[in-house]
Amino acid sequence: MAKVLVVTSGKGGVGKTTSTAALGAALAQMGEKVVVVDFDVGLRNLDLVLGAERRVVFDLINVVQGVAKLSQALIRDKRLDNLWLLPASQTRDKDALTDEGVRSVIADLRTKFDWILCDSPAGIERGATLAMRYADEAVIVTNPEVSSVRDSDRIIGMLDSKTVKAERGERVEKHVLITRYDSARAARGEMLSIEDILEILATPLLGIIPESQDVLRASNVGSPVTLNNAASAPARAYVDAARRLLGEAVTMTVPVERKGLMNRLLGRRAA
Amino acid sequence: MMNLLRLLGGRTASAPVARERLQILLAHERGLRGQPDLLGLLRAEILAVVSRHVVLDPEKVIVRMDRGKHVSTLEVDIEVPNGFERSIAAAAT
Repeated sequence: MAKVLVVTSGKGGVGKTTSTAALGAALAQMGEKVVVVDFDVGLRNLDLVLGAERRVVFDLINVVQGVAKLSQALIRDKRLDNLWLLPASQTRDKDALTDEGVRSVIADLRTKFDWILCDSPAGIERGATLAMRYADEAVIVTNPEVSSVRDSDRIIGMLDSKTVKAERGERVEKHVLITRYDSARAARGEMLSIEDILEILATPLLGIIPESQDVLRASNVGSPVTLNNAASAPARAYVDAARRLLGEAVTMTVPVERKGLMNRLLGRRAA
Repeated sequence: MMNLLRLLGGRTASAPVARERLQILLAHERGLRGQPDLLGLLRAEILAVVSRHVVLDPEKVIVRMDRGKHVSTLEVDIEVPNGFERSIAAAAT
């Protein structure tokens, strides 16, 4: 049965789009049929992070408004056969999204895919509420930093009240994904620890993505980090998180960079 | 305590401060979230009651709540158009 998963956070710049691309690619690599949907109307970026920016013809708004068929707007990834993108519109504003339109597109996608990953815009306005509206599960992307944790708490409150599941008296299954985590700084007491964040948000942990140069390197070239450098620490962390989404029990660790011999001798970070 | 840490360890661990600030703030914010717009509800009901007797401009009904340490106050400010006395007299008859 298809699952609709919203990747959300409240705060901007914490890694929603990066995480949507990485989790989507990881699930697709495991054989799941995945579509990633960009809900950030007017500020789309999922196409860019996936390296599909020059292939966008129709978008979510065109489908919602009946200008294009869903099959015309879906873009198939060039590297992974079972990963698809439904881009957001870059020219329209977010008011072009309607509840009914989103409901019908999601219902249609449910018949075609195993996973529908909705990349939410930042904020708590229409785009963000519609991205979570029909979700079965939610990944709340959180940085170990006070403003991000506060906004995550607010978003968790919305997931428990403003989604269709919540209104039916059911629960959206929520997971916290901690990104940009620096174990060394946390150990020195300079950064909120995993335990601190989980205790405050009272929500189970999906994974810990370490701070890494590989994330920027992957977005520079338009490739999800799990594809661009599968051996890198963030890629391994995202793959673990994706396996947990599939119900596997994977021991929670913070993957570390593997240094090459030369780098180790020279005391450099793996480049 | 902070000063002591600073004396002992040079740099202070700031994460415990972050954690404590968040816990206090979120306890407060979650409390507010529980009541779905209490002020909006009060405003609508007060407006409905007063409107039964006086013609009001809905924009001129302001309900404000101040939370103090020991007591909180609810302030209701309703601007009534001139001719109010006449409406009262009419309502009394």
